[in-house]
Amino acid sequence: MHELYEFLSGTGVWIAFIVLVGGLLARLAFLAGLSRERDKVVFNHYNGGWAWRSILHWLLPLGSVSFRQQPLFGLAFWVFHVGLLITPLFLAAHNMLFQEAFGWSLPTLPDVVADSLTIVVMLAIVFLFARRLGRPEVRILSTAWDYTLLLIVLAPFLTGFLAYRQIGPYDLMLNLHLLTGEIMLVVIPFSKLGHLILFFFTRAFIGSDMGARREIEGRLGAQTW
Amino acid sequence: MSDIETTAEAQEETQALAPAAAQPAEDDDNQPVDVQKVRSILESNLGARMRTWLSICARCGLCADSCFFYLAHDKDPKLSPAYKIKATLGEMYKRKGRVDRKFLKQAKEIIWGQCTTCRRCSMFCPFGIDMATMFTTARAVCNSQGILPAGLARTKQNIIESGNQMGMANEDWIETCEWMAEEWGEEVAGLEIPVDAPGAKYMYTVNPREPMYYPQDIGMMAKIMHCAGESWCVPTEGWDCTNLAMFCGDKAAAAIPVRNMYAAAQRLGVQYILMTECGHAYRSGAFEGPYFLDIPGGKPPVPVKHSVQLFLELIKGGKIKIDPAKRLKEPATVQDPCNVSRNAGLWEMLRELSLLLCEDFRDMNPNGAYNHCCGGGGGFIPMGPEYKRRRMQSGKVKAEQIRATGAKVVISPCHNCFDQLGDLNKEYSLGYKVLSFKELITEMMIIPEHLIPQEEDDDDAQGGEE
Repeated sequence: MHELYEFLSGTGVWIAFIVLVGGLLARLAFLAGLSRERDKVVFNHYNGGWAWRSILHWLLPLGSVSFRQQPLFGLAFWVFHVGLLITPLFLAAHNMLFQEAFGWSLPTLPDVVADSLTIVVMLAIVFLFARRLGRPEVRILSTAWDYTLLLIVLAPFLTGFLAYRQIGPYDLMLNLHLLTGEIMLVVIPFSKLGHLILFFFTRAFIGSDMGARREIEGRLGAQTW
Repeated sequence: MSDIETTAEAQEETQALAPAAAQPAEDDDNQPVDVQKVRSILESNLGARMRTWLSICARCGLCADSCFFYLAHDKDPKLSPAYKIKATLGEMYKRKGRVDRKFLKQAKEIIWGQCTTCRRCSMFCPFGIDMATMFTTARAVCNSQGILPAGLARTKQNIIESGNQMGMANEDWIETCEWMAEEWGEEVAGLEIPVDAPGAKYMYTVNPREPMYYPQDIGMMAKIMHCAGESWCVPTEGWDCTNLAMFCGDKAAAAIPVRNMYAAAQRLGVQYILMTECGHAYRSGAFEGPYFLDIPGGKPPVPVKHSVQLFLELIKGGKIKIDPAKRLKEPATVQDPCNVSRNAGLWEMLRELSLLLCEDFRDMNPNGAYNHCCGGGGGFIPMGPEYKRRRMQSGKVKAEQIRATGAKVVISPCHNCFDQLGDLNKEYSLGYKVLSFKELITEMMIIPEHLIPQEEDDDDAQGGEE
């Protein structure tokens, strides 16, 4: 069990991050190359102001038309994303490891906050899972992989939570936590989770295309939010 | 601009496709599909955007509520935009183009029968996926195998053969203009419709429906232009601003009318291509056209102006005066054509213009960039009787929107909306009149003193001729 821990917490983490960053960069480079030739429309009408407004509005609560239309889902969705990003980054335990490995760390969240955020993320995942099953227009679109991805994201939070609370066999939980966390990171570049960065590009396109490109005689184009 | 000239090969390609497109859709499910062709279309459209859209759709279902087909059919989940993509284009890519005719025929009913490429869903998608572009790609695949609604196939054939969607001869078009100049000359002295006038400010282009069925529309425009003292003309060629081949997903055929129109404008050296009150024509001329012709930069070689822009300019600038006593008293609303409002940014102008002409203007909800398609866009009207039942059912959303305003007049700056609104009026017994802006303006405008025909002179002149 200890050897496994050594591997997962050392080499495993390195592999996961290299695949994550390398995979995302490779995907981006490939798409960028392709776009030069096949997506001229993107470059022809790109407009920074419209692109960023379209991006920011969709990042803020109630900023987008869909958030306003389905506020409950919007909130679950927003909390889920915020928790997903900040909990692991600013968790005290993770930053102790950063400190040990690199001699630096990020500011940390008080444990009680991180703990609550973890619970919130898990509840949000349960809600999203239930929504996927419950709403006919979402269920019809959902594939086994969509449910699996939710579980892949849930797993590191659940195991981390259990390990922290020392529920169940601690060593096993910790190893499972490392393993599932690494699986999640590795999956990101090769799945729809790639929207982590691709989101910015698709929004920049539609924001510019429906916004800036349709501006006329001082009248605004369509605000895509 | 050399790109406009280098499209002969595109034309050849279209003509090569023509026989397949012209064949009626019979029970030919067992006929082979040209998989190579399908694959090449899928491949050539598989750019960075398409790849990204196909792979990051989160399947969140938020697009569903944005779609009027979904809303009009008790929220049938099969009518959500994401599902319709998944069932058509998604499958085509998944099967790497290995599809049969039966599949393509089913796809046809979805991509034409359940989507008007209005682009409303893109505003509700967290990733802003441009689903209209995806549907257009799916249409291109079906079109390449001659699988498309018969009505659209006919108009495409007309475009390929004659350069305009109704197969009207250029001579007939010019004759109609002359006839209208004569008829409307009785109302405004010295009225004429200049033909091919080099250096004019505006080259006016129309929907072929006008010379074919609504010639008065041309007369109305002449009255407005003449009274405003604008420098304008109509071209003998390239006068059709519409582009139904665009809705077939046929890039080569869609290039034909835009190429003719741009070329005419360049030849005449006009400042603007002016377009009649038509939605998809403006989408084609101002936005999509440059891409059909692969013009670098993606902008039309001559700026394109929609009629409502000009009308507003003329009235606000005092070149056209509206008689306050003649302003519309009845409650009125304006239809936002998708390709005039959301997809062209003109919705505020529609309202400014409506307020100048109507005393009791009532907006629909939602409106402007968030409007709902009338149900007749994206090629639906010319798809013909086969699709009419569906068009009436999905138009329920628009019908209810209009009913809620209590309007007795619906102004429509688009020919397709015009027809659909007329049909909805009967179907849902809404009791309104559909009018275009030019019709309202010609009725309400004050003819300048010096252009009022002198009755006696007129009689004399006629007497003299006889």
